[in-house]
Amino acid sequence: MNFPIEVNNKTIIARKGETILEALDRNGINVPTLCHMPDLYPTGSCRMCVVEVEGKPNLITSCSYPVEEWMKIKTHSPRVVNARKTNVELLLSNHPDDCLYCERNGNCELQSFAEQLNIRERRFTGKKNKYKSDPSGSSIIRDPAKCILCGRCVRTCDEIIGASTLGFIGRGNKTIIGPSFNKQLNLSSCITCGQCIMACPTGALHEKRHSTDLQNALHHKETHVVIQLSPSVGVSLAEEFGIKAGKDFSGLINAALRKTGFDKVFDTSFSADLYIMELAAEMESRLKNNGVLPMFSSDCPAWIKYMEQWHPEIIPYVSVCKSPQQMLGAVITNHYTKTYHINPDHLYTVSAMPCTAKKFEAQREQMTHKGISDVDAVLTTRELAQFIRLNGIDLQQNETEHADFPFHIRSSAGKLMAVPGGLTESLIRTLHFRLTGKDISNFKINELRISKDYKEVKIKIGDYKLGFAAVSSVKHANQLIEEIKAGRNDIHFIEVMACPGGCVGGGGQPIVKDAGAIKARTKAIYDIDDKDPIKVSYKNPAIVELYRDFLGEPNGEMSTKLLHTSYKKRDVPL
Amino acid sequence: MNSTKSIDLPRLAAYCLTGKNQEETSIMEDLISKLRRDRVDKPVIYIGTGTCGYIAGAGRTMQATLNYLKEKEIDAEVVEVGCIGLCIHEPMVDIQMPGKRRISFSRVTEDKVESLLDEILNNSLPDSPVIGQYSHNNHEQWEGVKLLSEMAYFRMQNRIVLKNCGIINPFSIEEYIARGGYKSLTRALRNYSPDKVCEIVEDSGLRGRGGGGFPTGRKWKTALNAQDEQRFLICNGDESDPGAFMDRAIFEGDPHKLIEGVAISAYAINAGKAYIYVRAEYALALDRLRRAIDQATEAGLLGHNILGSGFSLTIQVREGAGAFVCGEETALISSIEGKRGTPRPKPPFPAIKGLFGKPTVVNNVETLANIPAIIENGPAWFASIGTEKSKGTKVFALAGKISITGLAEVSMGTSLKDLVYYVCGGVKNGKRLKAIQLGGPSGSCLPEKSLDVLIDYEALLEAGTIMGSGGLVVMDEDTCMVDIAKFFTDFLQRESCGKCIPCREGSRRMHEILENITRRPVNESGYETLERFKGVMQLENLADVIKDTSLCGLGQTAPNPLLSALKHFREEFEEHIFDRKCRAGVCKDLKVYYIDVEKCTGCTACAKKCPTNAIIGSPRTPHFIIEDKCIGCGICFDVCKFVAVFVK
Repeated sequence: MNFPIEVNNKTIIARKGETILEALDRNGINVPTLCHMPDLYPTGSCRMCVVEVEGKPNLITSCSYPVEEWMKIKTHSPRVVNARKTNVELLLSNHPDDCLYCERNGNCELQSFAEQLNIRERRFTGKKNKYKSDPSGSSIIRDPAKCILCGRCVRTCDEIIGASTLGFIGRGNKTIIGPSFNKQLNLSSCITCGQCIMACPTGALHEKRHSTDLQNALHHKETHVVIQLSPSVGVSLAEEFGIKAGKDFSGLINAALRKTGFDKVFDTSFSADLYIMELAAEMESRLKNNGVLPMFSSDCPAWIKYMEQWHPEIIPYVSVCKSPQQMLGAVITNHYTKTYHINPDHLYTVSAMPCTAKKFEAQREQMTHKGISDVDAVLTTRELAQFIRLNGIDLQQNETEHADFPFHIRSSAGKLMAVPGGLTESLIRTLHFRLTGKDISNFKINELRISKDYKEVKIKIGDYKLGFAAVSSVKHANQLIEEIKAGRNDIHFIEVMACPGGCVGGGGQPIVKDAGAIKARTKAIYDIDDKDPIKVSYKNPAIVELYRDFLGEPNGEMSTKLLHTSYKKRDVPL
Repeated sequence: MNSTKSIDLPRLAAYCLTGKNQEETSIMEDLISKLRRDRVDKPVIYIGTGTCGYIAGAGRTMQATLNYLKEKEIDAEVVEVGCIGLCIHEPMVDIQMPGKRRISFSRVTEDKVESLLDEILNNSLPDSPVIGQYSHNNHEQWEGVKLLSEMAYFRMQNRIVLKNCGIINPFSIEEYIARGGYKSLTRALRNYSPDKVCEIVEDSGLRGRGGGGFPTGRKWKTALNAQDEQRFLICNGDESDPGAFMDRAIFEGDPHKLIEGVAISAYAINAGKAYIYVRAEYALALDRLRRAIDQATEAGLLGHNILGSGFSLTIQVREGAGAFVCGEETALISSIEGKRGTPRPKPPFPAIKGLFGKPTVVNNVETLANIPAIIENGPAWFASIGTEKSKGTKVFALAGKISITGLAEVSMGTSLKDLVYYVCGGVKNGKRLKAIQLGGPSGSCLPEKSLDVLIDYEALLEAGTIMGSGGLVVMDEDTCMVDIAKFFTDFLQRESCGKCIPCREGSRRMHEILENITRRPVNESGYETLERFKGVMQLENLADVIKDTSLCGLGQTAPNPLLSALKHFREEFEEHIFDRKCRAGVCKDLKVYYIDVEKCTGCTACAKKCPTNAIIGSPRTPHFIIEDKCIGCGICFDVCKFVAVFVK
């Protein structure tokens, strides 16, 4: 039901049941918000969206108040603007004010508010809370001093992801956000997915930098520096340079990275194909040898950490395959160096990932060889962009270039791993070939392409009737595990990604205001799959060559040694 | 102590509540008259063991009494009672000799027990200070002892909620039933539909006693009419205002009245489960409440199919973890759900969507304790008490510089002046009244000239304060209003839940500004002085924004103590800011000490003790205080044997 309400002396049409904020939004009236998160229940904590409603003694929050027919609303009256301004000034009165030293300098919501509300004078000075930053985490650094307690990270961690690591601690002005008992992040149940960073309006949460040593390594004569570029970085990095999302810029990035001095630029999509080959072989073996099923995917390190913490009992169900990043790392250290006569001691392997958890993964004990990791530095998309800027390179002033031999070719199946459900699609293609000896006729599986956090599809491959599920957020994975424990047996493979939106929406991606960015990145990936001539991993000539020259066969002896890993139970506080 | 334990409870309940069995009449009537203490066979010693009593030493008094009786082999009954409201007289001991009236004694500490009992058990009046005697037609009067009912304190009260407090044994459901208890519950269950109960309460004009003043009956109707199969009732006993202890007195003195009220209310909104949320610091209250719930369950007045009506109710007691904000209903709900006690925006109101997402009524203890009397006497009776819009009575907890600190329940429409001066005897030590703080920390202070205002939700609002939950703090001329504003602001900024910006940051800044103006600027630079003045300039704007934009009642009312003090005592603030003086001498930092040259002998005692070396002078010559270095600690004042140090 629609009805008119009066806003700023003009009439707009509101719908029954929506909040004032929704009505205003639809009518193009912008009210600032801070704690508001679309699709989640309003908490009303930031008071930025307050409006004046005639007949109400106090200002009311438009995010939580349902619109009513009698309402006469003022969204920017002096009283409202003064209230918003005072509240931002109050936040600033307890803020370190070190914008120039801040990770989020130039991309900070608090800065924008201060600018929008024309705050040019310090009206409130008071004692600031002095908190130390917590650099203990392998991926994420928490700096409570910069936290403005909007609670978005807490709600993301709890309601969207399902890890529930962050929470409010203490009361009143002493409130801070942190893991249980305000312990360090490395001791907490944090799964390092980095979605809290994406939710944070300020610099209170950011990734641990791996790019600091990189410049030195690049300019060191003896060091051979290689970088691998994740499938999803290609579709998102350009946004950091002001280019709208929706296209794959891997070619330009390859060129830019060569200019910065990398000796080789490899494509992680290649090892994504490798991962799919191994995964399909493992799946086939489980199916044919009555192995334990369903099999869970293992490419998302955040999911792996969650599983080790809360569901160690399902370790046998999780694929033993290393993730594409680590597979490529292992192949580079063990095969590439020998082939090209490079001293492994002089090798410096970098990976550019859309993810903060990959930083954690690279340091997992199981991923090291004699204490040395296969991947030395993991950069997030944001760090990579900053690194390119540091080296004075204009991304758009390049010609498209290919990745370097021998890990240069990918199938579109490898690229698909960037999106939720993509791994499952790619796996089905290769599994179909392995089980039937024939190519799959219909590459596109629409059930896996809908934009939902939980997807399921049932497919008949040869004699097997198989169920596949793809979930993005550990919350859904947890639910599925409970269902399976309760006896559900129609699912045979489960793809788990910790981030909603998969890798294209990962915790290391550019922090942009554009709400449609993730959709556009997803579309770019699907466009590649539509156009690419090689749509299956087993037809990737570089993969075929690698198996012929070095690995032997999928799931073989060499694969088991280099490409497979193990998991163990982790004890963390709740 | 629990002498009534031997009585067959179900038989008594059946006799009193579900119709009289003629055969049993004589036995039962005899029992009832004993329970009502109309007839006692042996001396009964009542000891006030509320929290206030215990703090004053009632525990030791009781032990001394029991020892005395054992030693002298005297057969007497010792009964624990709650607080009658005269906390100032604790430990209070009442004694009822067979055939004589019950008589109250003030401040019977353990050392006074023996002399008191020696006399009184021999039916002679001891020297101990007597408060007064109870009225009773069949009991012989004590000569020369005034009646309690003639004391201004009792005469001017209208005790509905506190009727039994301090008089009956809170451990005994039998006593409560014998005095007509649980009759209202029986009547409601048997004669009225839930709708009708809501209607009666709505007609009575009862409004929320937690401070909001929302019509109780209307709230119930909203919840009753909400479409859902499950509903909850919550009794809010998270009484956390400093200086408020009305709910505690009910929990400790008459828990069954509350339970009866809860049961009737739950029936009215068709709730099968009720929660009583009590702050964990009320250990005694929790204990008595839990015992009372057990007794009521045993008597079939709680639990499954109460009195055969088909209505079932379980009451669960939840302990609060000590957060002031949990008195706010949505924060309280959150706390019961096991989450962090933080408020959430309304609407949706709890009556539509509350505990676990179900329609929930949250009522204050005092509100619910009014219900049995309303059902018993009818809505018209209740509506006849009080003013046009505020019906019934209100319990106030009086604290501060007042002669009678304690509880008083007066009809709505009584003036604050009557309450302070007549019921509670005016300001202590004959000092002049400066202001009263009404409604706890989030209330406002009223100056003496505004005391003519009547106790009425609207009238108090008009006078610039709120009814609040009933805490009333009396301040005399020795009180510094800036200090008071600072105290309450500090309390609120510490108790803020930290959720919304204005309350979390704003109240802290407000407190800091107040701290700055009451602090002595030692080594303050010009810049800092400027900052201090800037703070003062922002104070009112800041207070307005906090009031205007905070999420819950805590924040919305956090500036009240400051704004009201500023309104009524602006000149005191100005003195602090501009003259750097505190007229009440409370703000220590602002005291300036001088040495009288005529009196100073140069003994150097002060210079030796001065922690900041602010005193200079050679031995045997007069000394001086360097003002900039002095921190106003007052040590020199204390050590000077020649009264040479003085304050200006």
